[in-house]
Amino acid sequence: MSKNVLVVAERRDGVLRNVSLEVLSAARKIANGGTVTAVVFGKGPGGEAQQLARHGADRVYVVTNEELNAYSTDAYSQAFMEVFSIVEPDAVLIGHTATGRDLAPRVAARLNAGLISDCTGLEVNGDDVVFIRPVYAGKLFQKKRVKEGIIFATIRPNNLPVSEPDTGRNAEVTEVRAQIADIRTVIKEVVKKTAGKVDLTEAKIIVSGGRGVKSAEGFKPLYELAEVLGAAVGASRAACDAGYCDYSMQVGQTGKVVTPDLYIACGISGAVQHLAGMSNSKIIVAINKDPDAPIFKVADYGIVGDLFEVVPLLTEEFKKVLV
Amino acid sequence: MKILVLLKQTFDTEEQIELFDGEVNENGVKYIINPYDEYALEEAVAVKEKYGGEVTAVTVGPDRAESALRHALAVGVDRAIIVNDESLFGDEYTISKVLAAVAKQDSYDLIFCGHMAVDDGAAQVGPRLAEELGIPHITTITNFEIEDGKVKVEKDVEGDVEVIEADMPVLVTAQQGLNEPRYPSLPGIMKAKKKTIERLEAEDLDIDIEEIAPKTEIVGQYLPERKKAGKVLKGDIGEQVFELVELLRNEAKVII
Repeated sequence: MSKNVLVVAERRDGVLRNVSLEVLSAARKIANGGTVTAVVFGKGPGGEAQQLARHGADRVYVVTNEELNAYSTDAYSQAFMEVFSIVEPDAVLIGHTATGRDLAPRVAARLNAGLISDCTGLEVNGDDVVFIRPVYAGKLFQKKRVKEGIIFATIRPNNLPVSEPDTGRNAEVTEVRAQIADIRTVIKEVVKKTAGKVDLTEAKIIVSGGRGVKSAEGFKPLYELAEVLGAAVGASRAACDAGYCDYSMQVGQTGKVVTPDLYIACGISGAVQHLAGMSNSKIIVAINKDPDAPIFKVADYGIVGDLFEVVPLLTEEFKKVLV
Repeated sequence: MKILVLLKQTFDTEEQIELFDGEVNENGVKYIINPYDEYALEEAVAVKEKYGGEVTAVTVGPDRAESALRHALAVGVDRAIIVNDESLFGDEYTISKVLAAVAKQDSYDLIFCGHMAVDDGAAQVGPRLAEELGIPHITTITNFEIEDGKVKVEKDVEGDVEVIEADMPVLVTAQQGLNEPRYPSLPGIMKAKKKTIERLEAEDLDIDIEEIAPKTEIVGQYLPERKKAGKVLKGDIGEQVFELVELLRNEAKVII
């Protein structure tokens, strides 16, 4: 039987996030010939309805209210419930992002529904939908399904393919003016720290530093390499604990779990808890002075050497070829 | 002020996972308090020390999870509750219903928990519990203060920071960077040994087991394919760097 699937699409800094397109491809599989409805909250620069249509949405709801221009749990959950009652979906999908992690469990509880979070894959066999999700930060994988009620899942960025845009597709767009009352958490201030930076969990390339970076200053060559590659910069727990960088950069079982196309580990020995956070990257490069460092066991390519010598050379070499 | 902190005992993050007959092998495994819950615990105790009040720690889990509660008592928690009734174990839907029943036995002004557990990584129980209790929640906080009776937190939003205010009661989930969890003192450990841990079962909580039956099920588990060690390059550093760039472009094709 075909299914009616609702996708919560998300913008960041006014731009539709890539993960929302990845979620749409999952939604099309689950719909199995049914309808895929995408919803975006708040006023955007426009054009996203068409983008959502080209990537698989049959219908798009744009829910507006001044309170939806910035995320708050109360405003978004009220707006979500309003769309939910219009669409009456059999399945709901959201990206496993800051918004998805905050909103999905809240509304799942309101709906008395199960929720399978942080999925990296799915298997659809007619009516049967099984989600694949890493546990223990990727040391183990679980297959999980919903036993009763609606199918509800959050999808980890960077893991599902985005379907090729079909420029012939159009979606029916409906604007809904939401009723929002009683917001109990008030945003007083937003400090943008990521402006111009690539988000770790969505980055295609990550340059990461460990204890071997030796100081906050030692991250400089890593940032230079990252700039040439359009990469994000990450760190191991050892580097964060030593105060070389902010905890928001930590990759590992505590910290962020990442799956970029390319992970360049500089001066990282490869503790089990760090490997859990990055070993599902497509290609891993290790640069370390110690030839016995465990990181070389998971690396596709390794250079045994001093990162302060290797990384600047690498930056120069990439500059040459990436003009 | 009444404070509740939710704790989960998890595998130490340095543990490797092995499957035995399709189940995760728990033999010889070292257990810790979920690191994010440790931040929650530290903050709960610090808030009590600064503003006064009473802290209750609760865990839903088997008897071994008592050691997490002993630790909590040793660092300054006043009351500890374990729900060790297996008929109440289940998925995030089930656990949050159980925790809601526990929380409703008292009236808490503040609830602290980790933003996720490092084992199943679901990041659901905090927001779900807040919804069950009809109170607001704020996830992934990196700073916590009380000003003029209001809670004022810094929330990590994928690297950006939001300063958020809310009235109590409120539930907050701890992100890394919130604080430095303390170690228990020897007198603290000695005192904790003498304290009673309250044990609750379905009957005590007036829970209808069928109503809280899990909504999801695990249908399989598997270990990821072990990554094979790749090439360690040879030659002088300049040559190795040149070769690496070649390999990334032409063999791995991750850089175009």
